[in-house]
Amino acid sequence: MHAMTEVKAIKTAAEAGLAETYAAARSRLPGGKAVAAQRQAAFEVFVRDGLPHRRVEDWKYTDLRALMREARPLAPPPDAAAKAQAKTAGAMLGDVETRRLVFVDGAFVPELSDTAALENGLTVGSLAQALADGDAALSGELGKRAPATDVAVALNTALMGDGAAIRIAPGATIERPLHLVFMASGKPAASFVRSLVAVGERARAMLIESHEGPPGCGYQVNAALELAVGEGAHVDHVRIIGEGAEALHVSTLAAAIGGKARFNTFSFVIGGAVVRNQIFLDFDGDETVAGIRGATLLKARQHADTTLVVRHSGRGCQSREVFKSVLDDEAHGVFQGRIIVKPHAQQTDARMMTRALLLSDRAEADNKPELEIFADDVQCGHGATAGAIDEALKFYLMARGIPNAEAEALLIQAFLGEALDGLEHAALREALMHRVANWLKTRG
Amino acid sequence: MPLLEINNLHAGIEGKDILRGLTLAVNAGEVHAIMGPNGSGKSTLAYVLAGKDGYAPTAGEVLFDGRNIFDLAPDERAAAGLFLAFQYPLEIPGVATMTFLRTALNAQRKKRGQAELSTPDFLKAVRGLAKTLGIDQEMLRRPVNVGFSGGEKKRNEILQMALLEPKLAVLDETDSGLDIDALKIVADGVNRLRERTRSFIVITHYQRLLNYIVPDVVHVLSKGRIVKTGGKELALELEARGYAEYQEEAAVA
Ligand SMILES: Nc1ncnc2c1ncn2[C@@H]1O[C@H](COP(=O)(O)OP(=O)(O)OP(=O)(O)O)[C@@H](O)[C@H]1O
Ligand SMILES: [Mg+2]
Repeated sequence: MHAMTEVKAIKTAAEAGLAETYAAARSRLPGGKAVAAQRQAAFEVFVRDGLPHRRVEDWKYTDLRALMREARPLAPPPDAAAKAQAKTAGAMLGDVETRRLVFVDGAFVPELSDTAALENGLTVGSLAQALADGDAALSGELGKRAPATDVAVALNTALMGDGAAIRIAPGATIERPLHLVFMASGKPAASFVRSLVAVGERARAMLIESHEGPPGCGYQVNAALELAVGEGAHVDHVRIIGEGAEALHVSTLAAAIGGKARFNTFSFVIGGAVVRNQIFLDFDGDETVAGIRGATLLKARQHADTTLVVRHSGRGCQSREVFKSVLDDEAHGVFQGRIIVKPHAQQTDARMMTRALLLSDRAEADNKPELEIFADDVQCGHGATAGAIDEALKFYLMARGIPNAEAEALLIQAFLGEALDGLEHAALREALMHRVANWLKTRG
Repeated sequence: MPLLEINNLHAGIEGKDILRGLTLAVNAGEVHAIMGPNGSGKSTLAYVLAGKDGYAPTAGEVLFDGRNIFDLAPDERAAAGLFLAFQYPLEIPGVATMTFLRTALNAQRKKRGQAELSTPDFLKAVRGLAKTLGIDQEMLRRPVNVGFSGGEKKRNEILQMALLEPKLAVLDETDSGLDIDALKIVADGVNRLRERTRSFIVITHYQRLLNYIVPDVVHVLSKGRIVKTGGKELALELEARGYAEYQEEAAVA
């Protein structure tokens, strides 16, 4: 008998759990009718495709369907104890002076946030609040930049609870870096945070996101940031993923960058059991200069995937992509980088370099750099390497009296330096180097 | 008791025998020169002494200060007072010269139970030595040996030696690639460190260096063995006559 069987993408316990979560929560998620419709459309993308798996090209190395065993329930609003914990969150920044906006289990906590005496031209707030208030301008921006067909983004849109809503007026210079502190309190729960940041023309700002939580709890985070960088603006973005050892973390940065801008983004991935760090950048205007860098340090059985898609549509833009990963034990590091140069994007100058340093025979690196060039007058290149510590260099150091572990630490720091040196903010660079040094100290 | 005692050392790389029964004793305060044709095993001896991976001894022993060095890792040998000036010093991108020097010095001091040097004392020591060796302050700000000329790298090796104050320094062709002025600077650097208790093994192809660093003993190494030992006049003899007769001797033996 030949029966028509409907292909259902929802098969696994985690997929069923996500569908149940949505069904139960949809009526109380923030936002008016338009937002609800957006959520529903996004949810349908998920229903159609299910969780991404290894036969989906962009998710080839991060089979979320296999890696995500169950869907955690939505995190309840943080209680007093969770808030108390969050006081020290973000400490990895050392003494970098920032304006902190604190989110615990995905919810904005005004009493821990620094919203007083805002610089001229700076507006900060909670996304949930803005959606509840029916901020039309804001909901109009929602989903404009993030790729709607990406299932991680779709789930974020369907289930987003809160996040930061930030506007910087044209010409404004925001001296203090804005620090979005995302902390999980350690409940076996899930949070879906969505942040919208719009930086006006010629404005200047630095935006740091840090994501952290305690070890020993399999919490789940899906964080998305949509960023608009106006013409001539200068924006530095830093994302620190320092989740607890059992956490599942999916991050998306989707940015549209105007012409004659300067834009830097740096991803520092050090925590979490399974991490997917997606970066989608659209260079729409001409003559923008961008630095796109990252450092990943993994050990034990950590898995982290950085997937970058850079689209050059404007003319004469320059982008430098440098991603370094240090992989120990049985860790698995993935870097997929795609640079697309559109037909009109003449004189694009894009160079992508990715290197993995393997500290153990069992560690694994997958590097997939790609160039898709449709313009003829461009300078583009990419390179990828993976290898172990250079024994000859190590011997030279040891012959001077430097013990094995210290010699390796020096070489690892030197290896990461090429990426970290791209951070112009000296105190932040120091703080991350310090974090690297601590990571190295805990090596076996 | 000699500072360094090598008895019937056999060693090779990848199963290939290179040192084939080498015996040598260096007393505290002595300067020994080792000369020998290309490929005779001079650098191999230097690497075996310093403990490079893959340069495994298959027979014999090496005692340094009475201790069997094969029990020690390269950093432990260095802390015990053994120094190797590399024939080909390596460039280490990303590691600042000052960080490298300070880490090395303090690691050795720590292992010997000495206090770390304070930053001002350390800087003063390095700057003073750099000046006497004609090393620019600007070079010290670069990563280790990166962008250094061949001769600058050799001088940097001597700087490291002078800072680390070893008991025994093995200089592997430190003179090659040096111009005449640099040769004098390096030789002066070595001579300043010559003391009653400090010893040197100077590996060289050229008698010229030995005019400046006058050796107590000269050895000829051929095919992995010491085939002739003499005073400083042996170097002059070799300069005049070459190694032909010794290569035959080694082959017969
Ligand atoms: N990694 C290696 N693998 C195989 N053979 C090697 C290796 N290194 C050195 N050898 C061989 O060992 C022998 C001794 O080499 P070594 O470098 O010790 O000679 P040397 O006396 O220092 O010569 P030179 O005067 O040219 O510096 C040579 O025949 C060389 O080819
Ligand atoms: Mg040699």
